[in-house]
Amino acid sequence: MTITHHLDDATLMSFAAGSLPGTLAAVAAAHVSMCSRCRAEVAVHERMGAALLSEIAPQKLEAQLQPSAPSAGSGDVRQLQPIERMIGGQLEGVRWRWIGPGLWHRPLACTGGGALQLIKAAPGASVPDHTHGGSELTLVLRGALVDETGTYKPGDVADLDESVQHTPVADSGVGCICLIANEQPTQFRGALARLMQHWHGL
Amino acid sequence: MVGLFFAPGTGGQQPPSAYRGIMADLLRRVADQADPAAFRELYEAFGPRVKAYMMRMGADPGTAEDLAQETLLAVWNKAALYAADKGSMTTWVFTIARNLRIDRLRREVPWQELPEDRLAEASAEALPDEQLAEKERQERVRLALSELPDDQREVVVLAYIEGLSQSAIAARLGLPLGTVKSRMRIAYQKVRTALEGMQ
Repeated sequence: MTITHHLDDATLMSFAAGSLPGTLAAVAAAHVSMCSRCRAEVAVHERMGAALLSEIAPQKLEAQLQPSAPSAGSGDVRQLQPIERMIGGQLEGVRWRWIGPGLWHRPLACTGGGALQLIKAAPGASVPDHTHGGSELTLVLRGALVDETGTYKPGDVADLDESVQHTPVADSGVGCICLIANEQPTQFRGALARLMQHWHGL
Repeated sequence: MVGLFFAPGTGGQQPPSAYRGIMADLLRRVADQADPAAFRELYEAFGPRVKAYMMRMGADPGTAEDLAQETLLAVWNKAALYAADKGSMTTWVFTIARNLRIDRLRREVPWQELPEDRLAEASAEALPDEQLAEKERQERVRLALSELPDDQREVVVLAYIEGLSQSAIAARLGLPLGTVKSRMRIAYQKVRTALEGMQ
């Protein structure tokens, strides 16, 4: 997987700081799990966190801590990839909901406000024109997505400012499945899009 | 801006960075011999700062102390997996504290434990050269952060220590979101530049 579109430095910083809103953090974690370049950047951002932690004015501890023998198995690390964890299984098993010509989606549960959803678009279908309330992250999982800013392939993430209005179109050959996080509920433009939004609670 | 910035050393204790070299040895004793005395030293070095971090994130003192204990217990339990040659001990403690904080204080989307590959590649001994290089990297990061202008440092501290999202920082400081993002980018690039040739 050759990844050419990465997370913005500011997004990586908030992610490493643990202060990226939940829906965005979910997509950022998914991208970082696939992208060695962004993993290396996160490690540098974490160094900044460590340096800031070292400078913090300490708070006196009330109690001593007496550890027992290290517990067996406690060093286990979680193996699940973020994507599978979020959708509760494989991408192939997703139950899609029709939202318009050549378009399906699957809202995903995510606390912390905003919206997290999988979108499936048929070849050539355009994802409804929308602006962003706050930040948006789009991670391509299958196929390809094309918009004014370039072509996005699996593993690529579109990390766009709220000032950017874009009209992504699924690749004409293979279509696209992507994971989209919005800091705010998505606002689609146009009467039909708004009607669809009303029907489907997008 | 009063109270936002740290006053290093005001707690009357040495920051962990002051005895960084010893930290790796203490951790080694914890990993190899489950040495309670070595663990107590680690606890006293990191615990008060992790507690302070949790309080800055909004935890009451009791909860903050519990989370500090949990953080250091994770160090105790996972010491054998820690790879001293892959990242600093302080960075490791920071990531554990951060993950616990997200888990307990925010209850949002689960954070993927990122240092996994670091842990999986743990080696038996950190080479002395690498320990020196690590010390140098930490020093450069510390220096780069100390040289940030106040407006950039403020944004960085709000993100890392107050746990504020970019939108929340923008609202707090009365700035456009784009300004917050660009200050973060510039601050990061300075740290990145300071580390050039060291990675």
